[in-house]
Amino acid sequence: MELYELSALELGKQIRAGVVTQDEAIAASAARIAAAQPDNNAFVTVADAPAPAAALDASPLAGVPMAYKDNICTRGVRTTCASKILGDFAPCYDATVAQRLSAAGAVSMGKLNMDEFAMGSTSETSFYGPVRNPWDLTRAPGGSSGGAAAAVAAGEVWYAIGSDTGGSIRQPAAYCGVTGMKPTYGTVSRYGLIAYASSLDQMGPIARSAADCAAVLDLIQGKDPRDGTSLDAPAGRLLSSLTGNVRGRKIGLPVDCFGEGLDSEVRAAVLAAADVLRAQGAVVEEFALPVMAYVVPAYYIIACAEASSNLSRFDGVKYGWRAEGYEDLGELYRKTRTEGFGAEVKRRILLGTFVLSSGYYDAYYKKALQVKAVIKGAFDEAFQRYDLLLTPVSPTTAPRLGESLSDPLKMYLSDIYTVSVNLAGLPGLSMPCGLDSNGLPIGAQLIGPALGDLAVLDAAHAYQQETDWHKRRPGGMSKGGDAQ
Amino acid sequence: MTWETVIGLETHVELATKTKIFCSCTTQFGGAPNTHCCPVCTGMPGALPVLNQQVVELAVKAGLALNCAITRSSRFDRKNYFYPDLPKAYQISQLYAPIARDGAVDIGEGKTIRIHEMHMEEDAGKLVHDPWLDQTRADYNRCGVPLIEIVTEPDFRSAEEVISYLEKLKETLQYLGVSDCKMQEGSLRCDVNLSVRPMGSQELGTRTEMKNLNSFKAISRAIQYEARRQIELIEEGKRVVQETRRWDENKDATYAMRSKENAQDYRYFPEPDIPPLELSEEYLERLRAQQPELAQAKRARYQADWGLPAYDTEMITSQKALADFFEAVVALGAAPKQAANWIMGEVLGALSAHGLEARDMALTPPTLARLIQLVMEGRLNRNTAVKVFEAVFETDGDVDEYVKAHGLEQVSDAGLVTQVVEQVLSANAKSVADYRAGKEKAFGFLVGQVMRALKGQASPAVVNRVLREKLQEHIEDPAIENSP
Repeated sequence: MELYELSALELGKQIRAGVVTQDEAIAASAARIAAAQPDNNAFVTVADAPAPAAALDASPLAGVPMAYKDNICTRGVRTTCASKILGDFAPCYDATVAQRLSAAGAVSMGKLNMDEFAMGSTSETSFYGPVRNPWDLTRAPGGSSGGAAAAVAAGEVWYAIGSDTGGSIRQPAAYCGVTGMKPTYGTVSRYGLIAYASSLDQMGPIARSAADCAAVLDLIQGKDPRDGTSLDAPAGRLLSSLTGNVRGRKIGLPVDCFGEGLDSEVRAAVLAAADVLRAQGAVVEEFALPVMAYVVPAYYIIACAEASSNLSRFDGVKYGWRAEGYEDLGELYRKTRTEGFGAEVKRRILLGTFVLSSGYYDAYYKKALQVKAVIKGAFDEAFQRYDLLLTPVSPTTAPRLGESLSDPLKMYLSDIYTVSVNLAGLPGLSMPCGLDSNGLPIGAQLIGPALGDLAVLDAAHAYQQETDWHKRRPGGMSKGGDAQ
Repeated sequence: MTWETVIGLETHVELATKTKIFCSCTTQFGGAPNTHCCPVCTGMPGALPVLNQQVVELAVKAGLALNCAITRSSRFDRKNYFYPDLPKAYQISQLYAPIARDGAVDIGEGKTIRIHEMHMEEDAGKLVHDPWLDQTRADYNRCGVPLIEIVTEPDFRSAEEVISYLEKLKETLQYLGVSDCKMQEGSLRCDVNLSVRPMGSQELGTRTEMKNLNSFKAISRAIQYEARRQIELIEEGKRVVQETRRWDENKDATYAMRSKENAQDYRYFPEPDIPPLELSEEYLERLRAQQPELAQAKRARYQADWGLPAYDTEMITSQKALADFFEAVVALGAAPKQAANWIMGEVLGALSAHGLEARDMALTPPTLARLIQLVMEGRLNRNTAVKVFEAVFETDGDVDEYVKAHGLEQVSDAGLVTQVVEQVLSANAKSVADYRAGKEKAFGFLVGQVMRALKGQASPAVVNRVLREKLQEHIEDPAIENSP
């Protein structure tokens, strides 16, 4: 068996047992990155000399190579958000997540490509070129954490840390056939995550399995005094609490997530996943969740409004890229921002600026906040009856490169199943549940109540005990890349 | 026609916390540029604000003292605008749910000023222009220094009322320890909203807002200037334009900065990085119980308990440190009126001569109490005591040591005084005769002669008594009268 076929936990175990050395794992990762990067462009920055773990007993994942999405601050390592405007920005501090992982012996192999400022669903809006899906290089890996999902799918790293504002971990995980988890809002510190939409952003793992995700979350979750929105929730017990047993769990299927616009192969695969869980003893039933009709507009209004404010600091004054040839302050701002941001980022800044403007605030932003409250209420009500919800992650499998850029509205609408989870602040997980007729991965989404992260992971873990979709690898992966 | 001036104030007050509102950097004034900074207060990508609870406490104290209703669930909002002194390109402030509302300040003579609201916010940095290099440099030391902004209703009718209010406000906030209110360091800043209307009218005229008012004097002059300007405009048949105007200290005039049409749209929206601030009834009760005695209450108490004249109580309570000093001296045994006289005379005089505020002086209550005691016991003459005071003021020197070292202890030995008095009377027959002829002035001359012979160290009371007695004897003993 090649090293890249192991899960992160298996590799960690072998490193601790001395079966594989840390250096061998790092060399295997570096070799795979070197082989895959020209094809999939998953990395923006590849570490020249990855720092090995100081102590191999620091955690179950000590010594295991991983990587960060490039919107997570890493001290002294450039952090671009895949934007020209932050092209030379090297943070003076580590994100809390990076600090915690580094203390746990994580070995960072570099920084992962993404949609510019996490805005997009295909990882094509990167200033550093689009990411390609390892399953089919003519297709998008999804986004915005496309580099993270592609790198894990291609066996370049054993897990990655992504961020999810409206599905940016779950949807690329689905398109790339890996497992991705957006935890409950506030369980993972956002300190050091370059904000897109602060009230919706949350970091989380993309890995080979639900168990790997649980192991990573054990290391990164927990109260952070540097993030006022971080919760004082119990940390460090997910992995050891997994039972793989869903007997008696009540799982709801919102019929509104299985209707018009959903690809029939995706529908069939997700319903088949429901059957697997039912066969394992879960009680699965359909119910109506009509608020789904409002989630996309509410999401884009809130996310863009916050983004317009969050991205105002990129003005060329203090750090990052500055345009040349300005006569005065106004021109410095205008030229830097006009030339420094890509089209999708500018579109969202303009949208957000508009909905916050005097005279429009009540009609758009305030209304969207009201819708958000209604959505949260509808989910709260659903969780009175169900332990978990099961939905598709995305209406389709991975689109062809370039297809979505020409029709942004269609791209926005494809976020329908994931954005509600962010609006309600809930935990959501994407797990592979099949392949379509083109051989592309399909993802199923499990959603839990706030702080129900364990139940979500446990149901996915149970499913992954029964199925092997999460072990499928893209074809054509070079075996020559592994360490000898 | 007679005109009425209508004024409302917006006062920014820097809070006296050791650290900034959203990070742990020092709030100290001055310091080399950009040395009191961190990723949070310089708005680095990914950094997050965490609310300093000390700021909340001081704001609540101020709100309580201004008789406001404290908002139990208060929130922060973002005020968005581009300027190089504002590194995030938004200021975290409070618009929709400020910490306090609906207060009232009694400014004397039956006049009450209503407080519309009071909110917490962060200060911006400073831009320093270097005309030699034609460069503008940003100093972010002040970024994140906590402020409260206190907004009144348009209840003022004159500059005098405005100054009375500001003096009361300053006194109250200093007593609370909420702020040092140093206008010259910008820790108290004031914007004036002013309009005029025909006397008796109930409608408000068009107002202007004046900025850059750096002293009470500037505020007073600006109000007078601006009222006159508006009245002249209306009397000439012209219109007052709603705009922001800048006071120019050197030219004694206000100048238009920007009109309402060019007013910025700040696109306020709720700050997603800071959860709503929930204050419990117990918390408010605890702060209420901790409120110190304010100046007005002290003045009443000094008059009632110690019979001090109103004038004295005003002087002593003009600075909290002075009132505290006074109370400590009295507590050490000094007669209240004696202590008051020393404080109003020598202490205030020395403070003014050294350009100090009471809280900055080295002199301690035991030193002044000891000095007063020596005078009361007749061991030091009042004039000599003043010299001792001047000698010990700067370093809080030891009174007893100084008196001893300089041989200043006063002669209260009636025997020695009698001896000298007799010598003086013998040597000044003419004055004795004058005194007998009813010239009281001669008595003063004789006192002077005795004091001179005793090098000024005699107790004036003893000298007076002995001299009167001896003169009486002379009248009764003509034998002496005839002596040369």
